Amino acid sequence: MATSKTNNFATLQRRSVVHRILKDRGDAAVVTGIGNASHDVASAGDDDRNMYLFGIMGGAAMVAFGIAVAQPECRVVVITGDGELLAGIGSLATIGVEKPKNLSILVIDNQAYGATGNQHTHTARGVDLVGIAAASGFDHTALITDNKALEAAMDDIYKKPGPYFAVVKVMTKTGSRVTVPNDGTRTSRRFRKAVAGEDA
Amino acid sequence: MARAATKKLKKKTDWPVDVFRVLKDADVRQVAYVPDAGHTELINLCIADNAVRSVPLTAEQEGVAVLTGAWLGGEAGALLMQSSGVGNVINMLGMANECRIPLLILVTMRGDWGEFNPWQVPMGQATEKALVAAGVIVHRVDDTDRIAETVESAARLAFDAGRMVAVLIGQRVVGVKDWTK
Repeated sequence: MATSKTNNFATLQRRSVVHRILKDRGDAAVVTGIGNASHDVASAGDDDRNMYLFGIMGGAAMVAFGIAVAQPECRVVVITGDGELLAGIGSLATIGVEKPKNLSILVIDNQAYGATGNQHTHTARGVDLVGIAAASGFDHTALITDNKALEAAMDDIYKKPGPYFAVVKVMTKTGSRVTVPNDGTRTSRRFRKAVAGEDA
Repeated sequence: MARAATKKLKKKTDWPVDVFRVLKDADVRQVAYVPDAGHTELINLCIADNAVRSVPLTAEQEGVAVLTGAWLGGEAGALLMQSSGVGNVINMLGMANECRIPLLILVTMRGDWGEFNPWQVPMGQATEKALVAAGVIVHRVDDTDRIAETVESAARLAFDAGRMVAVLIGQRVVGVKDWTK
């Protein structure tokens, strides 16, 4: 049996990481995975260009891919959890093959299913998401474990041609729950208008 | 016996061209697909068109997410798949349903008319019920001459009326697989 590794070594706090990333977003569109990632993003301030996915596991990366294809001039950033990405792990192969230049995927990796009692995800048992992304064809990947590396990643996230993939190792501790807009019909139309324009 | 049935049900091959024209008229820009014998010609027409982004998937559920993203980004999309993969998309359809995303899904049937492979039958027979249970409007077509008009109707329901719509193209039309050839 594979040994379990706790993420006790992680020093970054997920909420401050997400707030730091969003500070530089400019006009970027943001797609969030279910769970804490959505709370982290919403807590930085709601935005018409945020699409919160709140009911499914494993869809965030491919939803962001479809947006990136439709809006090639718009940077599309996925902020999701390790559990959510693992549930749609085939997405990395599809995106690695298609190579959308304007897509960045950021996995806020606490190595646990935070919404259901912190059971270990496979990343706690050694599954290397950065390795999977690199082997799937992502030319730019990073494993981020400190603030210096996080700062260095900003250009990769928003400016350099992608697809970019990074795992940010964070502590299990979560930020407080906030109200995340959860009416999908409303948030989807708001997002579409902001990103694709009135005429879309 | 199988050979005789196959000969009798010999498929016509012009409908994919008509369906492709319908997709173009609906301004479909993203076509997500999994490999499928019944959709081969339509897939190839999409790949050959530079105005259409054709996206091969590892599994069908990725396609529902791609179409959701396409619509969020202001484009229309279509998903080409086989009935065997309908079970994979059910969970992701919940997202499209809550967000009222227009979906156009073209499903070629297996486990249907003249099927020889027993493993295809359970999903094939559950396909329509499963899609309906997930909130999808289902149009079934078993007549080659009516495929294009059925897809056209489905495209209107999807993109103009904002609904999730699947067209089931019967095995009677796509042909019975014959491994002896």
